[in-house]
Amino acid sequence: MGKGLRQFLMEIGELALFAARFFREAFKRPLEFREFLRQCYQMGNRSLVLVGVTGFIIGLVLTLQSRPTLIEFGAVSWMPDMVGISIVRELGPVITALVCAGRIASGIGAELGSMRVTEQIDAMEVSGTNPFKYLVVTRIWATTLMLPLLVVIGDAIALYGSALVEYFKGDVSFQLYFNQVFDALEYGDLIPATIKSFFFGFAIGLVGCFKGYNSKKGTAGVGFAANTAVVFTSMLLFVIDFVAVIISDIFYDL
Amino acid sequence: MNKEAEDTARKKPQTGARPMISIRGLYKRFGENRVLNGFEMDLFQGENLVVMGKSGSGKSVMIKCLVGLMKPDEGRIEVMGKDIATLNQEDLDELRADIGFLFQGSALYDSMTVRENLEFPMRRHRKKLNLEGDTMPLVLEALENVGLAHAIDLMPEELSGGMKRRVALARTLILRPKIILYDEPTSGLDPITAKEIIQLMRSIQQKYGTSSLIITHDVDCARVISERMILLVDGINYAEGTYEELVRSSDPKVEAFFKK
Repeated sequence: MGKGLRQFLMEIGELALFAARFFREAFKRPLEFREFLRQCYQMGNRSLVLVGVTGFIIGLVLTLQSRPTLIEFGAVSWMPDMVGISIVRELGPVITALVCAGRIASGIGAELGSMRVTEQIDAMEVSGTNPFKYLVVTRIWATTLMLPLLVVIGDAIALYGSALVEYFKGDVSFQLYFNQVFDALEYGDLIPATIKSFFFGFAIGLVGCFKGYNSKKGTAGVGFAANTAVVFTSMLLFVIDFVAVIISDIFYDL
Repeated sequence: MNKEAEDTARKKPQTGARPMISIRGLYKRFGENRVLNGFEMDLFQGENLVVMGKSGSGKSVMIKCLVGLMKPDEGRIEVMGKDIATLNQEDLDELRADIGFLFQGSALYDSMTVRENLEFPMRRHRKKLNLEGDTMPLVLEALENVGLAHAIDLMPEELSGGMKRRVALARTLILRPKIILYDEPTSGLDPITAKEIIQLMRSIQQKYGTSSLIITHDVDCARVISERMILLVDGINYAEGTYEELVRSSDPKVEAFFKK
């Protein structure tokens, strides 16, 4: 077996152990609620602008790019259905998660990595505080719970961007546009998308914390932790998405 | 510090007394690199023990094994009569409240103010401190001990290197530890600030009667503060004695430490 593959498999194993430790510690006291709220604010509130801008542009661009083709087939009246379903089912969760992987996973990787190399994590441990609980558990909870909220907000803004194009180019009112979007959406679109958003959030927090918490090799290791956190998370998001689509297909016959 | 005070401080270890820390046959290796090779040591009540060694000689590894941050490959470490290898996490955390640790780079939590840095260790040990209400008096007392009460609301990034070290010392003191471990307390500091830190260490030891284990390669620091010294060479306690005894040694490896 190649050295690279062996290293990759070992890392997957270590990540699984790290996740298992999270589940062991996640419900133990003290719950570190204040730190959890602080992380929710840091990750949720401070990602809003980025998620909003990205969502708006995606909605706008998707509508602009699809219009000529739909017009050609005489199906432009289906624009809200198509955009609504693609954003809610797939584009909204995946793009929001990728944006958050760039912002949050790298941020967590760099922050915990620098705490590791400057011995702040060791200092917490010798003071009798469980750093895993204080730093890791709170962050993973925060990303798991914040990402679905960000996805909902991102979806809404993306649909607004799309509605704006239809308003100016197709003379479709906002009310008609959104009525058509909500008519087209079913529980089979909303539920799997929401569930997979929780998993996306969990993956972002887990990989960011794993890379940062286990960071080595001084300050160079901090950069490496931040960088690999983004790469690893992005890859994991696509794997989760693939699995989620397969499972959704079984339950909802997409 | 005057000569009389220095002599008073250089008292001999209490032979026969139960040591606060006892290390026997400590081994640790990283791959092919044997760092500790059967290191042994005792730290007695109220004593200032300096462990000196070259960079990379395993001093920091030894001190990290002592507080359970690293697991030795072999050996027995007893802190206040408790074998740390047999303690569960909760008991280890309780024991750690009696051990202060001053890190080489201060290790202040940079997302917290000085006050929050000092309050952080108290969160889990309120019972030990009989703390029911406000933590402010304890925080202020610890900061006054290091002459930095005015810096209470500053962030670590606003402090100089020497101030950071003093805040870290205050944080170390906040749980009223019986033992303080200093990992290179003067490294990276200018000579004047280093002297101030050494004086602070001595005044704290006299005020609270703590036992101190000081890891350093700074000969001046060792000369001023040590009551007993151990030279860590090739992973073992190569030589042991007072500063004066070691300075007079004709062993080439010992001489190498004290050559100007």
